[in-house]
Amino acid sequence: MPSQIVDDYFRTNSLPHIWCPGCGNGIVTRSIVKAIDNLKLDRDKICIVSGIGCSSRASGYLDFNTLHTTHGRALAFATGIKMANPNLDVIVITGDGDSAAIGGNHLIHAARRNIDITTIVYNNNIYGMTGGQYSPTTPRGDKGTTAPYGNIDTQFDLCDLTTSAGATYVGRSTVFNPKLIVKLIEEGIKNKGFSFIETVTICPTYYGRKNKKGNAVDMMKFLRDQSISINAAKKLDEDKLKGKIIVGELHKSIRPEYTEEYKRLVNSF
Amino acid sequence: MPKKTLKQLQVNKEWCKGCGICVAFCPRDVLSIKDGKVNIEDIDSCIECGQCELRCPDYAIYLGGKNK
Repeated sequence: MPSQIVDDYFRTNSLPHIWCPGCGNGIVTRSIVKAIDNLKLDRDKICIVSGIGCSSRASGYLDFNTLHTTHGRALAFATGIKMANPNLDVIVITGDGDSAAIGGNHLIHAARRNIDITTIVYNNNIYGMTGGQYSPTTPRGDKGTTAPYGNIDTQFDLCDLTTSAGATYVGRSTVFNPKLIVKLIEEGIKNKGFSFIETVTICPTYYGRKNKKGNAVDMMKFLRDQSISINAAKKLDEDKLKGKIIVGELHKSIRPEYTEEYKRLVNSF
Repeated sequence: MPKKTLKQLQVNKEWCKGCGICVAFCPRDVLSIKDGKVNIEDIDSCIECGQCELRCPDYAIYLGGKNK
């Protein structure tokens, strides 16, 4: 018998999930469900869309309207769903490789349009499912199976990217702090526009092992020690923020929402 | 039924993958890993804070009936 929240919102016959021991994806998935439960949303009016990757397996475990799509295209499918039925709460679950690499263009244009979709990125800093290749969010100098001598690329800051592209709600948390994830997702769902929530998660199997980060517990402690809230970060200079993970509500703004603008245009004829 | 029973710590060993996150972040050292699975070592020390449930990636440990 699982806990009440898991019993209520998960397809329990498909559990235990496929994720490795200590993988943080399960923590984020529970946080999404907790946020939906807190908001008391009608589950038939929620559509969860995911792409491809470890993170995107989450849609299969959740008992809502779900769609498991092609690599990087979760936001493209989600845009179609939202345009066809603007009454749905569309939530996109994606990974760092899925959203920032192959789906990078969909991400920036969904943000630019400010379409009312809540996007949750499970950022584990690596391509887990395909065997540990470095991703756009792998920190500079860190290793992957395709970067055995260290990654020479500079990592993408996805929150900065989506803020610049026009998202109207942007936040970041880590799996060490699931309560903050829940809060950010709640605010993201409530925001009428494109909401982007980056959850920094742990991959002990590939990212952890390749970079000698220790086991799941060590990686959780690393997240705890490196996290700094946005308010505290504002008081520190850039040198002291090096390597830190800035968490909290990073950006909020108000802009016209895409489906409403589209409706207004259609009604004007 | 008294409240204590409703919130009591439950473990689903079949789902546990033994990552040890709950053991490390339990503020009262209630838990341990035994034969690769989580084990309730000292239930009397449990303060029902729910830190283990919050961070269990496998939904294998929880406070029974707390969420409803």
